[in-house]
Order: sequence, then C-alpha cells, then structure tokens
Amino acid sequence: MQEIPQSFSLALSLIASLDANLLAIAGLSLRVSGVAVLLAALLALPLGAWLALARFPGRQGVIAVLNGMMGLPPVVVGLLVYLLLSRAGPLGSLGMLFTPSAMVVAQALLIFPIIAALVRQVIEDAWGEYREQLLSLNASRGQAMMALLFDMRFTLITAVLAGFGRAIAEVGAVMIVGGNIDGVTRVMTTAIALETSKGDLPLALALGVVLIAMVVVINLAAQGIKTLAMRKHG
Amino acid sequence: MASAASTSAGADIASCILPLRVEALGFRAGDVIALDGVSLNVMPGTRNIVLGANGAGKSVLLRLLHGLLAPTSGRLQWHGGDDADVRRAQAMVFQRPVMMRRSVRENIEFALRLVHAADIDKKAAEALELVGLARLADRPARLCSGGEQQRVALARAWALKPEVLFLDEPTASLDPAATRAIEETVNAMHAAGTTIVMTTHDLGQAKRLADRVLFLHHGRLVEDAPAKDFFLQPTSPEAAAFIRGELLW
Repeated sequence: MQEIPQSFSLALSLIASLDANLLAIAGLSLRVSGVAVLLAALLALPLGAWLALARFPGRQGVIAVLNGMMGLPPVVVGLLVYLLLSRAGPLGSLGMLFTPSAMVVAQALLIFPIIAALVRQVIEDAWGEYREQLLSLNASRGQAMMALLFDMRFTLITAVLAGFGRAIAEVGAVMIVGGNIDGVTRVMTTAIALETSKGDLPLALALGVVLIAMVVVINLAAQGIKTLAMRKHG
Repeated sequence: MASAASTSAGADIASCILPLRVEALGFRAGDVIALDGVSLNVMPGTRNIVLGANGAGKSVLLRLLHGLLAPTSGRLQWHGGDDADVRRAQAMVFQRPVMMRRSVRENIEFALRLVHAADIDKKAAEALELVGLARLADRPARLCSGGEQQRVALARAWALKPEVLFLDEPTASLDPAATRAIEETVNAMHAAGTTIVMTTHDLGQAKRLADRVLFLHHGRLVEDAPAKDFFLQPTSPEAAAFIRGELLW
C-alpha cells in the first residue's frame, strides 16, 4: 500500500507546481459543472417552488417521481443525451456531441431533479409557516413563491450545492457524451478513470485528492457565506 | 413606549365594507365541530373582543371572518365592495408573528408592495413611528424580541390602513410591558377609525379593551353583549363561571 502516501505527495506537488495540464482539467471540471448547476438551478428553483405551492390531482405522484429521479444513474442520463446528440439523433445537427456543451447538458439533466426536489421540500416547509400571513397580505401565488424563495435563500444554497457536488463528482455521463478527449473534454473524473485503467494509480489517486479538495473548499466557502448571512439576517 | 399613545395614527379610516353580518356560521373538520351556528354583526368603529377558553373556537372564528378558512355552513356578508375591496380592507395579526427574513422596514414595505401602495417609504416610516420602533427600522426582523416582532406585525398591518383589524391572541406569549405596548397600539388604531376584532383568553385584557364581548364556549357563541353588561351581569352560566375565574372545559 505505497500508493496512498505516494499519491498525497504527488497531489501536493501537482498543486504546488501549478501543473498546466492539471489546471486545464480542473478548470474544465469547474466550468462544466458550474454552468450545469447554473442552468439546472435556473429551472429547478421556480419549478420546485411552484410544486411546493400548487395543488392538482396527481401532485403526490409527481413529487414521488421527482424524488426518485434524484438517484438517476449518470450513465443512463449520458446515454440518453448521447442518443439525442449523436449524428443520427434528433439534435444531431447541432454538432454538440463530444464537446463541453454536451457535458453541460448531461450534468444539468442529472442534477435538475436533485435541486428541484430539495427546493420543493424547503419551500413547502416554509409555506407551512408563512401561508396564513402571506394569504392575509393578499399575496398572489406567484408573489408568495418569490417571497418564499427569497426568504429561504440561505437554505437553498445547500440544495444548489448538493447539485454541484453530484455534477462535479460524476463520471458516467461526461464520459459518454464528452468522450474524455485530451485537452477538449477531459475533466477530473474522466482523467481519474483513465489513469486508473492505465494503471497509474498514484496519479489517479492524486487527481482524486485534488478533486475532493476542490469540492471541500467550495462547500466551506458557501457554508461560510451562509453562516455569515444568517447571523446578519436572522 | 409612549409613542403608541402619543403619536397620531394618521388619517381616519373610511368605512366601506362594514357592517359585517354573519349568519349561522359553522366550521367542521372531519368529525370535529370547531364552530357551530354563530351569528353576529360587526359594526364600524367598535372594539370586539372574542373571549373564551382555549379550544372554544376563537381562532377558527377569526380565520373564517378574515377569509383564511371557508365556512362549512352558514354565511358571512360584508356590507359593501367587491371581493378585492373586501380583502384589501382587512388585515390580521397572528399569535406568532411571521417575520420575513429581511429588515423591519422591509417587512412593512413588502406588505405595501403586495397591494401596489403609493408612498411606500413614507407609509412604512409612519407605521414604525406608531408602534415606537423607528429606531429598529434597519434591524433584521427575525433578530428582534418577541414583543418587538409583534409590534412589527402590528405596524405591517397598520401600514395597510385596514378598515377591520383581526388580532388572534396577539399578546398570548408576551410579558406585561410588551402586552401594554400592543394594547396601546391597538387603541391608537381604533382611535384612527379601524374596527378591532380580537381574540383573547385573558379576562383583564378583555376588560381593558372591549366595547363588546363575544363569549365562545365549545364552538358556540353563548353571549354577545356590551362589555360592561357582560362583566357585571353575564346571562349565561358559562360566562359567569369564566368571569369568576373558574376553569371551563
């Protein structure tokens, strides 16, 4: 078991030397997952809030399906997006397959249900507390949604972060629709998979350490902002 | 603290939706009858105190009158205005104030913005002045004390210049000083022309504030009388027992 200590020192030296290859791969990971989380959140926040307040037949079923889709297998999402974007597929003419854009689409699809389901839960709990007051103030359904999203903003950061964590850590979807092309679509997770299959375990593990460090730092920063803001706004 | 009594509450409130006539109002949830056959009128400019023990149906009655619950029997008729006017002319203060996660001032401006009010800054400042909280305008509302939050809730209601103000046990969890500040504000709003409909299980509070008492027991309105008649000569044994301080259940 020499690999683990060896990989830690390799990880440190990769970071310390600002290895150009590593920076490019880590940067692409952040960009792809960042844009994916942005797109997914843009749709999931209003949809989750709407589902929290709406009452219609079959609502419980929709919620159950949405909650279930939090566990979508990345490879399956990747396969579906692959079929859509492949030359013969309905969106083949866009020429998006094996580009970072395709990876963004796949990850956004993967994490949209996660963010939407968590938003729905947070907003529905808040609605329980605010409902009578907002109705008494004559707030419309839309105004109530906006007010709740705004008031729960610090808690919702956690929902968005859960989506980001899932996106940046998954390998199945980006591998299929991105193709792990060196310098084009290679991200942290696909690089780790590649190094593992090549047998360069220390490098694979070192990349893993860097990936975990990135996620931890981002979560710490978000948690810090949230705590400060909560202390300030109550 | 003196501000509530000394500050002018602003322009008088015009009466357009009152009187409210309530006939045989009932509310049933499953097998539980929370309210049964309640008939009453709410006249403009009065302070109506709904008195009764916990579980007597006071909160349900208030929510039915305010429109937060739909009655399962009976009816409720406002004198004037269309549905939107009727909604717009009422406000309610709850037992546990719901503070939005923003500053005290923004909590009041939020309510004004929902009804597309003009001069939002000025109205919010006036309302905070009335409840004596102008100095807390920029504090996050959720970081205020319970008594302060309830005064913010009153200011938020007042900023809307309601013709009728419903209050559901607004001082139930407050200490005497905070209770007094709330009562002074309620009186200031009444002096400005707002009709008050307030629940309490506190006999002393009913004596201090009521023009008229509506006494509920087990979901039925057992007494509806001017305050002094109610306290001196209650006509029902339940009300007499309640006034003597006996436990009712």
